[in-house]
Amino acid sequence: MFRNQYDTDVTTWSPAGRLFQVEYAMEAVKQGSAAIGIRSKTHVVLASVNKANSELSSHQKKIFKVDDHIGIAIAGLTADGRVLSRYLRSECINHSFTYESPLPVGRLVVQLADKAQVCTQRSWKRPYGVGLLVAGLDESGAHLYYNCPSGNYFEYQAFAIGSRSQAAKTYLECKFETFMSSSKEDLIRDVLFAIKETLQGDKLTSSICTVSVVGVGEPFHIMDQKTIQELIESFEIKEGEAADHGVVPDRTPEAAPMDI
Amino acid sequence: MNLLDSTPANNSLLNSAMGSERTQYPYVTGTSVIGIKYKDGILMVADMGGSYGSTLRYKSVERLKSIGKHSLLGASGEISDFQEILRYLDELILYDNMWDDGNSLGPKEVHSYLTRVMYNRRNKFNPLWNSLVLGGVKNGQKYLGMVSMIGVHFEDNHVATGFGNHLARPILRDEWNENLSYEDGVKLLEKCMRVLLYRDRSAVNKLQVWFFSLYVSLGLSSGYFASPSQSSSSKWTHE
Repeated sequence: MFRNQYDTDVTTWSPAGRLFQVEYAMEAVKQGSAAIGIRSKTHVVLASVNKANSELSSHQKKIFKVDDHIGIAIAGLTADGRVLSRYLRSECINHSFTYESPLPVGRLVVQLADKAQVCTQRSWKRPYGVGLLVAGLDESGAHLYYNCPSGNYFEYQAFAIGSRSQAAKTYLECKFETFMSSSKEDLIRDVLFAIKETLQGDKLTSSICTVSVVGVGEPFHIMDQKTIQELIESFEIKEGEAADHGVVPDRTPEAAPMDI
Repeated sequence: MNLLDSTPANNSLLNSAMGSERTQYPYVTGTSVIGIKYKDGILMVADMGGSYGSTLRYKSVERLKSIGKHSLLGASGEISDFQEILRYLDELILYDNMWDDGNSLGPKEVHSYLTRVMYNRRNKFNPLWNSLVLGGVKNGQKYLGMVSMIGVHFEDNHVATGFGNHLARPILRDEWNENLSYEDGVKLLEKCMRVLLYRDRSAVNKLQVWFFSLYVSLGLSSGYFASPSQSSSSKWTHE
């Protein structure tokens, strides 16, 4: 994308009918470290890659619990993500207090999308520079949504955002048809493999990723490092077998195409 | 100037610029509402009387209304406040329907909402002068609850308002069970309403009986019947 005379204001259209500021905001999402979500009929798993500024600092928190039945993973400007997660938590708790029942995820994402849209139509505002993967449960089952800075939202079976997410998406595209009937353990395994796809040469350990789960009868929680490390080790040990019954036969993890 | 002075000459918290607007006492009132859970859902009964003080002035007042797809609301107390509550709920259900997303407000949500409304009005010293019975079925789950004008709320297998608490609930405590059939439930409620007709001076003998069953939520049967004035046969001879 190159600078042009229509990209200063979010309220300026280009002759081709584009809002460049909004598109630049979506670029910010692509620069953040990866976040991946997968859902089955009863569970949704979110995972993110932990990026730290330097070896001395701690990594940024990218997964937030919004309510017992909803959690989000973000990619992009984490500060914007924190502000939005405060808004989401507030909406959920207000609904719970008034109606004594959980806010349906579908309604929460619409409210979030409308909030993002406002920032694309005010000259004194800027779009939020963060993409959110919203995982939640409601009466109709488990759902995974992606909210982008443009104010659009989409429901997904599985999705990945952030840097090198294309590699993860390619992996997910091969397997997504099986996800609906997957068990929780299978979903976690798939999400860990997908995270691995986005790592460039780094070894997959529990310190480099965060995994969270929400499911029927299971409130949203972030899994602890020890369990993740054990799972990683059990999957990697079986990596030879996994190529037979886990992954589609003509694709082994070593043959994964590099990200674009 | 200390704005938190506790002895202002004119207490502007309670009065608006135009003078006090608090509800002081009710004018046209309905008497008891009784609700019970039965095998297939919820049964509710209320008479169709609106009293103006000690005069039994209005005899076709509908004190039971359906709310959304899943709930029934019955009210005793000030009829105009009940109509106000119906307006609030109308708006609530409208916005719920406008989402058009397959989710709908069930009886528990409506009950919670009403509790918040009643309690907040009570806190402003301007209550809605009603006792409400809220019942319904959603996803096969039966729900029956009550909210009073001060915001006290609870759920139970059988609830009643006003005189019903004193006269009907003892009968229900003895004779209610989880597996009442529809006919037995109606008979039980008619027994309660007969006692109320004898002993409650604001009762009239025309009833509204609503049921909300699992089958209603599946759209298989209609919701209510208002029985003709014969409804409660009363015996005045010695027994």
